[in-house]
Amino acid sequence: MIELKQIRKAFDGREVLKGIDAVFEDGKTNLIIGQSGSGKTVLIKNVVGLYVPTSGQVLYDGRDINAMTKKEKALIHREMGMIFQSAALFDSMSVLENVMFPLDMFSDMNTADRIKRAKYCLSRVNLAGAEDKFPGEISGGMQKRAAIARAIALNPKYLFCDEPNSGLDPKTSIVIDQLIHSITKEYNMTTVVNTHDMNSVMGIGEKIIYLANGVKEWEGTKDQIMSSTNESLNSFIFASDLFRKVKEANH
Amino acid sequence: MYISDSIATFGRYLQLMWRVLALPERWRMFGREYVKEMASLGVDSLGIVVLISFFIGAVICIQIKLNIASPWMPGWTTGYTTREIMLLEFSSSIMCLILAGKVGSNIASEIGTMKVTQQIDALEIMGVNSASFVILPKIAALITMIPFLVIFSALMGFIGAYATSLVGVINVDDVTAGLQHDFNQWYVWMSLIKSLFFAFIISSVSAFYGYTVEGGSFDVGKASTDAVVSSSILILFSDIFLTSMLS
Ligand SMILES: Nc1ncnc2c1ncn2[C@@H]1O[C@H](COP(=O)(O)OP(=O)(O)O)[C@@H](O)[C@H]1O
Ligand SMILES: [Mg+2]
Repeated sequence: MIELKQIRKAFDGREVLKGIDAVFEDGKTNLIIGQSGSGKTVLIKNVVGLYVPTSGQVLYDGRDINAMTKKEKALIHREMGMIFQSAALFDSMSVLENVMFPLDMFSDMNTADRIKRAKYCLSRVNLAGAEDKFPGEISGGMQKRAAIARAIALNPKYLFCDEPNSGLDPKTSIVIDQLIHSITKEYNMTTVVNTHDMNSVMGIGEKIIYLANGVKEWEGTKDQIMSSTNESLNSFIFASDLFRKVKEANH
Repeated sequence: MYISDSIATFGRYLQLMWRVLALPERWRMFGREYVKEMASLGVDSLGIVVLISFFIGAVICIQIKLNIASPWMPGWTTGYTTREIMLLEFSSSIMCLILAGKVGSNIASEIGTMKVTQQIDALEIMGVNSASFVILPKIAALITMIPFLVIFSALMGFIGAYATSLVGVINVDDVTAGLQHDFNQWYVWMSLIKSLFFAFIISSVSAFYGYTVEGGSFDVGKASTDAVVSSSILILFSDIFLTSMLS
C-alpha cells in the first residue's frame, strides 16, 4: 500500500501540487486522472522518488521513501516497474535485451534462465517474435508492450504507468489497459496509472483520483464517477460528446 | 554574473562526477558497456585520425620544405621539424581537439537523448545509479583507447611526411634522416600523458552536458554544441599547464 500525505511540490516558487492526500491499495488499478497540465506526471514522479516533494510524505507500507538510505531506496526501486509516456526503452538494445536488462542487473539467475524469463514476459504481452527487433523498428503499441514486459521482469510489487495510452489508437489503448489491469490482478500489484483517457477510466478504474490544478478534487470508483456532482470533474468527463450522451441516456 | 554561473556549473559537474565514480553494481554489465564504448568511441574514430594525421604530416612536410628550408640548413631539417610538431602537439592536443568534436558531440547527444526520452529516469526507477552506469564506461573506454589513437596519429603523420618523398617534394634520404634525427623518447610519453587528461576532459565534460539536458531535441542539439565548445576550451587551457609541467 502506498500512502501520500499532504504532498506539495513547487518549481521555482510556483506550486504545482498543492497538498495531495491519497491511498493506493494493493491489487488494485488506481487511476490518477485530470487535464493535461494538472500535475499528474509531477505527482507520479514524486511517488516513485524521481522528485522529492517540497513537503509531505510518500509512504510505502508505512516507510517514507525520502527518509530511506540510498541502499533502501535502491531496494524499493527494485520492487517497482514503471512505464513512461515515451516507453523509454533503451534504444541501443534489442527488445529482448531491454526486457533482460533488469534481470541482468539485479537477478542471480544464469543466462539461460534470464533469457527464459524475458521471453516469458514478452509472450505475456503478446510480443513473442519481436525479441531481436530494436525499439526504433517497432510500433508505438509494441514499444509500450515491451516496456510493460521490462517493467514486470522482476515481479515488481508496484507498477506505475504515466499515460500508457498516449499516442496510441483507441483499439491499441484498450489492449494496453486490459494488459495492465490483468497483470495487476495476476501478480496482486499496486498499480498507479496516469491518464486523461475516459475509456481507460471506464475500463479499468477501480479507484480514481481526480486532479485539477494540483489539487485532488474528487476520488471514488468508476461506478460513482458518472453520478458525481463535482463541477470541475463533470466538465472534464463530459467534455466528450460520447460520455455526455451516455449520461443523458442513463437518465 | 558570468563568473558565478561558471562556478555553479563547475560545482554541478563535480557533483555529477562524484556520482559517476562509484564502483559498478554489476561488473558483467559494466564490462559489456565498456567494450561497446571502446568500439564506438575508439575504434570508430580510427579512420578520421588516420586520414587527418596522414595529410597533416604530409602538408607540414611540404610547407616546411617549400617555405622554411633553405640550402644552408641541414637536409634533415624538414623531416625533423615535422616529427617534432606531430609528437609534441598535433598527435595529442590537436588530435584531441578534433576528437572533442567527433566523440564529444556523440557522447553529449547520446546521453542527452537518453535523458529527454526518459531512459535515464527508467534506469533510476530500476534502482540503477544512472550516472555511473551510463558515463563511467565512456570515460574508461576513451581513456583506454586514446593512447592508441595518439600513436596511430603520430605514425600516420610520419608516413605522410615520408610519402611526400615518393612524389618528389623532398629527397627520401633527407626525410628519413630527419624523422630519425635526435629522437627524444620523452616526447612520446609526454603526448600520451597529455592525451589521457584530454580524454578525461572530453568524455566527462560531454557526458555532463548530455546528462543535464532538460527539454527536447532542440536542447540536446545545444548541449552537444556546448559540450564541444567547453571541452575544446578546457583542452587548450590544460594543454598550457600540462606542457609547462611536463617539459
Ligand atoms: N521540471 C519542471 N519544472 C518546472 N515546472 C514543471 C516541471 N514539470 C512540470 N512542471 C509544471 O507542472 C505542471 C504540471 O505538469 P505535469 O505534471 O506534467 O502535467 P500532466 O498532468 O499533464 O502530467 C505544468 O504546468 C508544468 O509546466
Ligand atoms: Mg503528463
